[in-house]
Amino acid sequence: MGWMMWTPEVAAFFGCIALMLVVMTVLEIRWPTIERKGWLPIATTRGDRLFIGLLLAAYVNLAWVGLSAEEASVWPGFGASMLLLGLVMWKG
Amino acid sequence: MSKPVNQKALLLIVPMFVCVAFSAIMPLMTVVNYSVQDIISPTQHVFVGTEWFRMILNDPDLQDALVRQLVFSLCVLLIEIPLGVALALAMPAAGWRASATLVVVAMPLLIPWNVVGTVWQIFGRSDIGLGGYVLTQLGIDYNYTAHTRDAWLTVLVMDVWHWTPLVALLAYAGLRAIPDAFYQAAEIDGASRFAVFRYIELPKMRGVLMIAVLLRFMDSFMIYTEPFVLTGGGPGNATTFLSQYLTQKAVGQFDLGPAAAFSLIYFLIILLFCFILYNWMQRLGQGDGHA
Repeated sequence: MGWMMWTPEVAAFFGCIALMLVVMTVLEIRWPTIERKGWLPIATTRGDRLFIGLLLAAYVNLAWVGLSAEEASVWPGFGASMLLLGLVMWKG
Repeated sequence: MSKPVNQKALLLIVPMFVCVAFSAIMPLMTVVNYSVQDIISPTQHVFVGTEWFRMILNDPDLQDALVRQLVFSLCVLLIEIPLGVALALAMPAAGWRASATLVVVAMPLLIPWNVVGTVWQIFGRSDIGLGGYVLTQLGIDYNYTAHTRDAWLTVLVMDVWHWTPLVALLAYAGLRAIPDAFYQAAEIDGASRFAVFRYIELPKMRGVLMIAVLLRFMDSFMIYTEPFVLTGGGPGNATTFLSQYLTQKAVGQFDLGPAAAFSLIYFLIILLFCFILYNWMQRLGQGDGHA
């Protein structure tokens, strides 16, 4: 971890992203995605929904960090963003 | 019934992905890493969580720079895209005139960015510059180093001068790719010039215009060199756009943590806008059916 000052938190973050990519690849091979139209305004594949969900999640986290009080925990914002990601993946 | 989308071809980009991983993805990862730390010295660093993000998001200077940047990019798109298309429509289709026009139109694209800044810096001066001198002689109180409005106009006109040719060349390429049969059919139907533009040329140019809009949006959103040379971000902070603010933070003050947090927010904004623009333009095309 000394090299380039990596921290465990950032390692966990990228670990999750790598895991997501692996899971998406496995899902794609096992059950190829079908483009469909949910509540999002455009027809999306599974990967599109992951991208949109992650982008929205990033913005929710930023909004939480930017608008919440000085000492507030980051977890409520994170929880909300993950709920949104789940919703986009499931019904988007 | 809709078919599964075959995405196996994506495997072919794996070698490219590995190269990009070293040149872009890993550096981006280090930016993420630095955005949550306070780097005191090469051996000393403290994990600070989301503190830099909070600081950056609540920084009034940054919010101002962001608003300026959005207004600037919007102006650039609203002027350069229609102007570029109009220019492409007016350019000759073939013969030596076409070649000559192409060379002249492409000229500003060949000039390095800092030279463009210098050219306009001199051009706009009322004592030694042609543009500034003419405006002053006309009785207009023009001074881009002192008046916010003049500085804005100069930066905007400079960008239009520098980059409209790119839009024009792309649109021109799109126009030349339309087979003559379309125009002949339109003539038989007695279509007006506007109808030809609206139902043949515009839909056929959709692809190249999409590239033009995305390129111009991203480039204008990242503009740095020209305003830096021309106005230095002034007067005051009037033409300090996002890149320049970021450079002040990262290089000027060497605040790596806040600069990294800022870079990530910057990246997310560009990602969101490009995604929206791309999908919007895709949808516009679907309305035209065959395009």
